[in-house]
Amino acid sequence: MNFATLVLANLGRNKVRTILTTLSIFVALFLFCSVRAVTDTLQDTINVGNESRLITRNKTSLVFPLPMGHLERIRALPGVTAVTWSNWFGGTDPVDTRSFFAQFAIDAKTYLPMYDSDLAIVDASPAPGVSAPAGMDPRLAAFMNERTAAIIGEGLMKKKGWKLGQTIRINGTIYPGSWLFVIRAVYRPKVKGLDDMTMYFHWDYLYENSNRQADVGVFSLELADPNRAGQIIKTVDAVFENSPAPTRTETERAFQAGFVSMMGNIPFVVRVLGGAIAFAILLVAMNTMMAAIRERTSEFGVLKTLGFSDAYLFALVLAEAALITLGGGVAGALFARFLVASGKVALPFFPPMSVHWETVFTGIGLAAFMGAVSGLVPAWQTARLRIVDALRRVA
Amino acid sequence: MAIPISYNIRSVLRRPWSTLATAVGIGLVVAILVLALALANGFQQSLVATGSAQNALVMRTGADSELTSGIDRGGVSILRGLTDVAVGPAGRPLVTSDMVVLINQERTGGKGSSNVTVRGVDRDGMILREKVKIVSGRMFEPGAAELVIGTRIATRFVGFGLGDQVRLGQRAFTVVGIFAAGGTAFESEAWGDVAILSPVLRGGGYSSVTFRMKDPARFAALKKELEADPRLGVQVQREDTYYANQSQGLATTIRVAGVFIVLIMAVGAIFAAMNTMFAAVGARTREIATLLTLGFGPFAVMTSFVLESVIVALVGGVVGCLLALPVNGMATSTTNFATFSEIAFAFQITPPILLAGLIFALGLGVVGGILPAWKASRLPLAAAMRGL
Repeated sequence: MNFATLVLANLGRNKVRTILTTLSIFVALFLFCSVRAVTDTLQDTINVGNESRLITRNKTSLVFPLPMGHLERIRALPGVTAVTWSNWFGGTDPVDTRSFFAQFAIDAKTYLPMYDSDLAIVDASPAPGVSAPAGMDPRLAAFMNERTAAIIGEGLMKKKGWKLGQTIRINGTIYPGSWLFVIRAVYRPKVKGLDDMTMYFHWDYLYENSNRQADVGVFSLELADPNRAGQIIKTVDAVFENSPAPTRTETERAFQAGFVSMMGNIPFVVRVLGGAIAFAILLVAMNTMMAAIRERTSEFGVLKTLGFSDAYLFALVLAEAALITLGGGVAGALFARFLVASGKVALPFFPPMSVHWETVFTGIGLAAFMGAVSGLVPAWQTARLRIVDALRRVA
Repeated sequence: MAIPISYNIRSVLRRPWSTLATAVGIGLVVAILVLALALANGFQQSLVATGSAQNALVMRTGADSELTSGIDRGGVSILRGLTDVAVGPAGRPLVTSDMVVLINQERTGGKGSSNVTVRGVDRDGMILREKVKIVSGRMFEPGAAELVIGTRIATRFVGFGLGDQVRLGQRAFTVVGIFAAGGTAFESEAWGDVAILSPVLRGGGYSSVTFRMKDPARFAALKKELEADPRLGVQVQREDTYYANQSQGLATTIRVAGVFIVLIMAVGAIFAAMNTMFAAVGARTREIATLLTLGFGPFAVMTSFVLESVIVALVGGVVGCLLALPVNGMATSTTNFATFSEIAFAFQITPPILLAGLIFALGLGVVGGILPAWKASRLPLAAAMRGL
């Protein structure tokens, strides 16, 4: 009879208990990881921001637009290789006003080349006879040659049940009226953390249909040398400091981080929650494990009488505890990772969720730690046990 | 015949440590349920209480918040002249034409920045919002570049202290007062004279018009009239409905996420409760056999053990409620993405929430106890008596 058989035999001694304990640790780790997914996802959101791009917005706040007149002055600055602009449309789907999704008006001929690293076109309407401008995905021909065309995220298409070529109606909240768009292309994000629930359309359409009321929401600047970002940020803001619309420029990553900091204390609350959950269930699991080992005191006495060493019994008890916590823990953490990554879990106002490997490993580490704590005390007690006491004790 | 409940209580007391561990486990689940509900409730209450059912809020058609709405001067003067507007004590109409914008402000303590709502209001119309009270400093003077700041954001953001200067557009505004508004969303806003703020921040435009209705019962008719008026192009809501809608999204998210987490945690807690009860049944095999021999029926035994599980769970429920209680009233803040602006609010634990926690604990006790109790009621008598 070797060590492994003995451990397994002990685990099988009370199958119901072993299964229940393993399952509760599984649940603890699953929850720990899923809750941490919220903060992990927020981290991804920050990383979406590209360090080599700058975002220039109105200094007072994002809701104030910038005049188009800023464009040429930014474009002329040394170190800026390209400039594009976009504007938040803020429309709602009249079919389902409750479900929110983002719409951006973009200057497609400059925006799409700059964000080529982020968005991949996966589907597009055919456009016989016309072509996309040089340097762009040729499949964008239909989109580029139609004023009311829109590019929609894959996820949004699926959620709304929209089809390529379909005409959709969006009600403007900032720009009043009922707006019609034709879906001409579908995108898939190339960057992790970028969502696939957004709609892009031509800024020109917005400008003309809003009685030329539309301005620029933000400018995106591409830099020749990202290391000079700090200096260029200062230059841009200095140029407009005394204009009617002063600007605030920051790297795209800092801009994204700004949205995360708007969440306030919520990420902190979530972290505390994750900790509390893990603690609660592991506490209970530990208690069960200690009881399970205490119950077998006389059995250990017999083993000692048969000649098993103290160290051997110490290892035996520890191995049993570790097997339960690690088994449950590893399974729970991995299950959370793959379930969350499968995209079946989604929160409103939130990009696609993901669980980082760091979280998975933290969770498994936590399970190992609990296994050690719950196993060490009884293991130590067992090793120190005197045979007479063990055999005399009534279970 | 039923087994007396004192038997269960004594049994539970005989194994204090395992009872405690199970109760604490269930307690934490209940605590998190209570906290999630309290968070959603606190958020919703602060917004719902902001509006009054007697006030009508007028915005541009299609606007989903005051931020995206806009009403021009012409529209404002038509609305101010309505005969449906109630008249206040000094003979002035109870109406305010507001301008709402967001400014990006640094948080104190270097914790990034967030959007704060700046609201320009009519000083005369302030009486509409009875809950607004100056707690330090004074109210802004009409025509002056002055601001008053809501209590909940006064200390959370840089430059919102009494006497501080805030730069808005091309002008500097002085903070002259801090106001409270009965825990409502207004406490997360900065207010000034609309006549000064609007030209600086919105080119002289307005966002919304709010007025006290002379006859709130006439709301439906009034709504129809105003929405049909081609000069206006507006939508009319009761003020409380508007704020209730603003809170819907985030409150639902908190509730759904909270309940989801709690349900999964509950599964873990049930496993734990089952473990404890199985252990209890195992340790008391002989005792149970004795009860059965004495003539207590299997059903009585089963009820008794479920009851025992429920007692432990209820102890846990009480522990959970006690654990959650200190958080009551604690303030936190986040961005309400329905308005894109910072809102501070407090956890609000109410008796129905505590009751929900206890009922939940009771449920956990029943579900966790039923299998072990069934096992107890089915013990083979002869073998059990011998203690096998």
